[in-house]
Amino acid sequence: MPVINLQPYSSPSYFLILLLGLLPIMIGLYHGKRFRVYETIFSLAFLVLTFGGDHWQQGVALIIYIVYQFILTICYVHYRKQKNQTNIFVGAVLLAILPLTVVKFTPLLANGKITLGFLGISYLTFKTVQVIMEVRDGTIKDFDWKLYLHFLLFFPTISSGPIDRYRRFKKDYETIPDRAGYLEDLEKAVHYLFLGFFYKFILGYLFGTLWLPPLQHWALMQRHAFGGLGLSWALLGYMYDYSMYLFFDFAGYSLFAIAISYFMGIKTPPNFNKPFAAGNIKEFWNRWHMTLSFWFRDFIFMRFTFWFMKKRWLKNRIRISQIAYLVNFLIMGFWHGLTWYYIVYGIFHACAIIINDIWLRYKKKHQDQIPSNKFTKGFSVFLTFNVVCFSFLIFSGILDKLWFM
Amino acid sequence: MTDTEKVVAILNDLTGEDLSNKLDENIFENGLLDSMATVQLLLDLEDKFDVDVPVSEFDRNEWNTPNKIVAKVASLK
Repeated sequence: MPVINLQPYSSPSYFLILLLGLLPIMIGLYHGKRFRVYETIFSLAFLVLTFGGDHWQQGVALIIYIVYQFILTICYVHYRKQKNQTNIFVGAVLLAILPLTVVKFTPLLANGKITLGFLGISYLTFKTVQVIMEVRDGTIKDFDWKLYLHFLLFFPTISSGPIDRYRRFKKDYETIPDRAGYLEDLEKAVHYLFLGFFYKFILGYLFGTLWLPPLQHWALMQRHAFGGLGLSWALLGYMYDYSMYLFFDFAGYSLFAIAISYFMGIKTPPNFNKPFAAGNIKEFWNRWHMTLSFWFRDFIFMRFTFWFMKKRWLKNRIRISQIAYLVNFLIMGFWHGLTWYYIVYGIFHACAIIINDIWLRYKKKHQDQIPSNKFTKGFSVFLTFNVVCFSFLIFSGILDKLWFM
Repeated sequence: MTDTEKVVAILNDLTGEDLSNKLDENIFENGLLDSMATVQLLLDLEDKFDVDVPVSEFDRNEWNTPNKIVAKVASLK
């Protein structure tokens, strides 16, 4: 028997099967109906395609993970109806991130021989933690376990996001768009799909498959340049090329996930909004991997500062925000993986945003003395772009190969 | 002091601008309020109106103008 496994959005056959499977859902929505049973079977079939075949270990890990999170959340919802102690809440959050922590740590302990995870575990963890936090806050009151499973296992976004929110998903899932609205959704879906093809399979291919390997090879050849630091023109080329590849590959992938969601009448939020046009680092994070950075803003940065200010542990608001940025971006670094370059990437962005904030405050105070024109705006976009590309050079891991291997 | 006046006073204090004639101005779009100022806003609202505003109650689209904030505070009371 041939082993059937299709990785999401990776091949023409995946898209073909996907669009065929979507047809009944689209016809239903066009006529104002949601075929929920069909939708469930269709989604499960695609989960089996992704996590079945020779990836069956991942499938088993996914099932165990979902059962675990499901029981944890049900227990916490039940508890929260009677009591609301902080230590139980913290315990629930820690238990929700425990599987991800274990998955990130075991390769280190076992020298990379064992992998317990599955594609998308990092993204699912955002959803489970978010639900627990909102149950604690009382903004999720009527917890619907069927909807929760649909939300977690929503297959278009399961592998790499965008990261949706439970209450937003619920709104879309429970309403059926009117015909005009759905036709608009379809139009957007087709547009996103083709933009995604262009980004991922043409530009991503050029930057990633054609140009990146020779640039990397060339850069690694010059590891003795610049007093052993390996700084070379090739490395500079690699930095820009990698940055372009990272954007087009990931933005393309996100566009596919959003397009498929729109076909299904779910308006999954956008992930990128012209990130390289940002005029400063703060703005960059409002445009780059937006569902991730907004998740961090809402569930880490704002909660951390809220709690710090409420307890009055520190008077100085500027100092609090600086600590919060560090915590925020350090956790983001760790989330990417336990390597020095992801963590340095996090610290680098924390420092960049802290410096950015100092500059913004200075600029506000000295508004009349600092010129603001086309040239200064162009320069700020140029500077931001280069700071960001440098951070992606750290993120890419090539420095690890250059210096330590 | 009416609720609107109280909210506007808090916002004026946070943004450094007079918003009393801009009750439908989007305070996030024009960059008047960042995340840090937002947290301060929630704490001030808790303080002045004696309501509990958890962070996850805060949806940017529902809290983006002075008028909407007044309505939200009223609904939380």
